[in-house]
Amino acid sequence: MDIGFMWDTFLTLLSGLPLTLELAVTSILAGSVLALAIALIAVTGGEIGRTFTRAYVFVFRGSPLLVQMFLIYYGLGQFRHGLQDLGVWWFFREPYWCAVLALTLNTAAYCSEIFRGGLQAVSIQEIEAARACGMSGVLLFRRIILPIAIRHALPAYGNEIILMVKATALASVITIMEVTGLAGKLIADSFRAFEIFIVAGAIYLAINFVVTRMLMVVEFWLSPHMRMRLQS
Amino acid sequence: MELIDSYLALVGFGQTGWGLLLLTAAAMTIGVSVCGFLAGTVIGTMITFMQLSRHMVFRGLADCYTTILRGVPDLLVIYLFYFGGSAFLGSIGSLFGYHGFIGMPAFLTGTLALGVVSAAYQAEVFRGAYRSVARGEIEAASAVGMRPWPKFRRIVAPLVLRYAIPGLGNTWQLVLKESALISVTGLVELLRQSQIAAGSTRRPFEFYLTAVVLYLIVTWFSSILFRRMETRTTQGIKGAL
Repeated sequence: MDIGFMWDTFLTLLSGLPLTLELAVTSILAGSVLALAIALIAVTGGEIGRTFTRAYVFVFRGSPLLVQMFLIYYGLGQFRHGLQDLGVWWFFREPYWCAVLALTLNTAAYCSEIFRGGLQAVSIQEIEAARACGMSGVLLFRRIILPIAIRHALPAYGNEIILMVKATALASVITIMEVTGLAGKLIADSFRAFEIFIVAGAIYLAINFVVTRMLMVVEFWLSPHMRMRLQS
Repeated sequence: MELIDSYLALVGFGQTGWGLLLLTAAAMTIGVSVCGFLAGTVIGTMITFMQLSRHMVFRGLADCYTTILRGVPDLLVIYLFYFGGSAFLGSIGSLFGYHGFIGMPAFLTGTLALGVVSAAYQAEVFRGAYRSVARGEIEAASAVGMRPWPKFRRIVAPLVLRYAIPGLGNTWQLVLKESALISVTGLVELLRQSQIAAGSTRRPFEFYLTAVVLYLIVTWFSSILFRRMETRTTQGIKGAL
């Protein structure tokens, strides 16, 4: 163990941290929006909607993320001229956007199942009560269904966020130099795998620690009705 | 039609087809996943024993293990075993006067990395399952005078396994998908073989798509298998829930 070397490693790896966070935040936000749409189609879309969403979830949960990333980055590169004609080549040319797209599509599959579970856990009485008060449509969804569903889905959603932070490491395989990419390069250069692993691992654990604390705060903030019961 | 014909020629079993190689590689994916999963079961069981131990030190160590291995990207663990293992072998080699580079065998790296990571997940599954086993059954085993090992083999393990099967199914799917990461060490499993094929034919889309389909087939089959096992092992207790 060489503390000086580890400190240098830490400083090097830290320069990859913004990219890791950027990948994670972008794909989690985009993935959640997509997942909500998919969950809504699954719940309200009837037979066709359910079949479509089931197929989507099966494909993206059943195959490795790395293969999906390769398919998007290298595979779509084969259709360069077609994509240029469509005017989207600038997007698929960049490994960064390909990684974001793969992460987004992948997390959307996992999250949509979480959201679907949350939406289906909203009890019919609560919806009936809202209808009795004269709410319907978007208002009912925005004020009653969504907030309750979010509370149900939050713990599982937190796990998914942590999985996503870990999954951003795969972007290093398609040449993106985020924390794991830098760590891999350092290990290949210096062969001091153990020390670098400790430093890189500590960075990821720190991110995940912050994420879990933030989720705890959100959960606390979303459940005042549970707190009241505990105090009395 | 022409498109389909050229695709089938590419991944088929003909003279220029990659079919046989892709299937062999898929078998390698399954092989390394099974070995890694079993290694994970062994390590995971030990971790569970530590989690359930009366000593705080053991519990703390087990807690550290599961927190770290579940919080760190798997790719880093693979790098650790691949490069760390090579460095370790090299230092052993230099003890015997050999100063060259000794590469870590890729299959062993894969098995170790998958085993160590999945052990953390399996330990949590086993712990949860152990908690769901009715206390009375284990007490009954002690009451009839079973020694620890027969009690574990004949009472605790079968009961825990029954509750653990759904969780183990999830972990197996995880291991299967994680095995794709082993391709970075050069082990010719499904993803690596697709990369090789894509590189030499300049048709990455077809090959990665085929890889996705093959992975889907494997995960689909294994989910059916685990569902069968679940119904089989819960036959006697269906009415209880």
